[in-house]
Amino acid sequence: MFENFIASLMTVEGFAFYLFSILTIGLFLVTVLSKNILYAMTSLAAGMILISGFFFILGADFLGVIQIIVYVGAIMALYAFAMMFFDATRNIKENNTNAPLVFILGGLSALMLVMMFAAPIHSDAIVALYPMTEGVGNVQDVGMVLFTKYLIPFEVAALMLLVAMISGIILAGKKMDNSLTEDTSADDEILITKDEK
Amino acid sequence: MEVVHLLPEITWVGVMIKAILILAIISALAGFGTFIERKVLAFMQRRLGPMHVGPYGLLQIAADGIKLFTKEDIIPQNANKLIFMIAPLITAATAFIALGAVPVFPDFTVPSWIPIIGDTFVPSIASDLNVGVLFVLGMMASGLYGPLLAGMSQANKWGIIGAARTAVQFLSYEVITALSILAPVMLIGSLSFVDINNYQSEGIGSWMIWQQPVAFVLFLIAGFAETNRTPFDLLEHEAEVVSGYATEYSGMRWGMFFIGEYANMITISVIASVLFLGGYDAEGAFGWLFIMLKIAFFFFFMLWVRASWPHIRPDQLMWFCWKVLMPIAIINILITSLVILL
Repeated sequence: MFENFIASLMTVEGFAFYLFSILTIGLFLVTVLSKNILYAMTSLAAGMILISGFFFILGADFLGVIQIIVYVGAIMALYAFAMMFFDATRNIKENNTNAPLVFILGGLSALMLVMMFAAPIHSDAIVALYPMTEGVGNVQDVGMVLFTKYLIPFEVAALMLLVAMISGIILAGKKMDNSLTEDTSADDEILITKDEK
Repeated sequence: MEVVHLLPEITWVGVMIKAILILAIISALAGFGTFIERKVLAFMQRRLGPMHVGPYGLLQIAADGIKLFTKEDIIPQNANKLIFMIAPLITAATAFIALGAVPVFPDFTVPSWIPIIGDTFVPSIASDLNVGVLFVLGMMASGLYGPLLAGMSQANKWGIIGAARTAVQFLSYEVITALSILAPVMLIGSLSFVDINNYQSEGIGSWMIWQQPVAFVLFLIAGFAETNRTPFDLLEHEAEVVSGYATEYSGMRWGMFFIGEYANMITISVIASVLFLGGYDAEGAFGWLFIMLKIAFFFFFMLWVRASWPHIRPDQLMWFCWKVLMPIAIINILITSLVILL
């Protein structure tokens, strides 16, 4: 068993897999354990980039690149934007009010991890439902499955995003047509509160 | 990875050599770019620009380099030191990684009279991905963490404003870049730079710019915003926010932001040349020369625009992105897909 590990470490794929695994787990540990917003955010973004490495090892270039664009380029950047409202250079105080809930959730996650790690014992039972089509690229393969088997979930997801976008615009965009820099009504408000003080 | 098996000529030595070459040449070009920028701006404003150091001011690059390398590396007291030190590296690294996946020359074989490396086949890209366009876009998108983390870690209000502007500007204009590239990619049917280049190999008439002029203009505008060039350089607009995210930086860490910025300018120029202006001619003998000229033209164009146009306000930037460019981009995609369908 140990010889197998050494042999797999000698191949490019094996070495890359173990390197990416160690780095990803380490970075996500920093995310969970660090009390500093900046460390947590940076390590989460870096871990997301390293996860794309697994897709590249498996030959799923398209999914790897999408992982970078969606998680690192968009989602993490939005988190970062929300973090601007805090003082990022100071440590945060965590207040954990519900210890039993944390215990149950932590236990369930641990159980799930054990099951995930134990799954390859029955690797012969795992069959690809939609195996790769020969002679076409990654993008075409994903597109074929998306627009045949998963067409309805795909369209529903698109509709949900549209609903979210419209409600976001309605919530945020009450005075969207007025330029904030040219808006003088806010100046009066500021002056009034200043006078009251 | 499967690409490696398809091309047995790619060895890890070759990839290493190319990576080092990209690093060396682009860093040098970035330094030279600052000189060219000062000269071009000077000529457009009827000045001479740097003239004193060396012939025609050429050694100004060396003087600037010495200054950058020997300046004290100051880290502010209340800053988050580790993140503050890493941030410039992210900008430079992502810019260079993006350059690893764009083609600059046609494939060629090293002439046999050169010792040791004679007869070696050299493919056009350091790593030819099937999804090269997306990879480059993704890498440039993750480049936003440089200015963002720099601004957030330095405990400086101008830095925070610069970081906020980074997040808003880059996120918004990424949408325009992706949507503008989508239309030509739909016509070509591939995300690989080599396929895109070969699609346009039948002379000037087959260039993408004639089929997709709207996408070309949109891509250039978004490219200016993503490389933080002048009409849209709100991240470090010195009249408003001192120097934005770079306020507290000095020496080589400051320099690294600008090496990254110039490398990104080159990347945008390469993508614009390959995607819209035909790229390199794979069969012709002077393909490498033509693509160099195209890249140089786009680089010059960025300087030209800087000399001609004033900055715009942040709210104008956002208005322009979401209310003008995005509807045009989506209508362009709709029309393109209708034409493909019918």
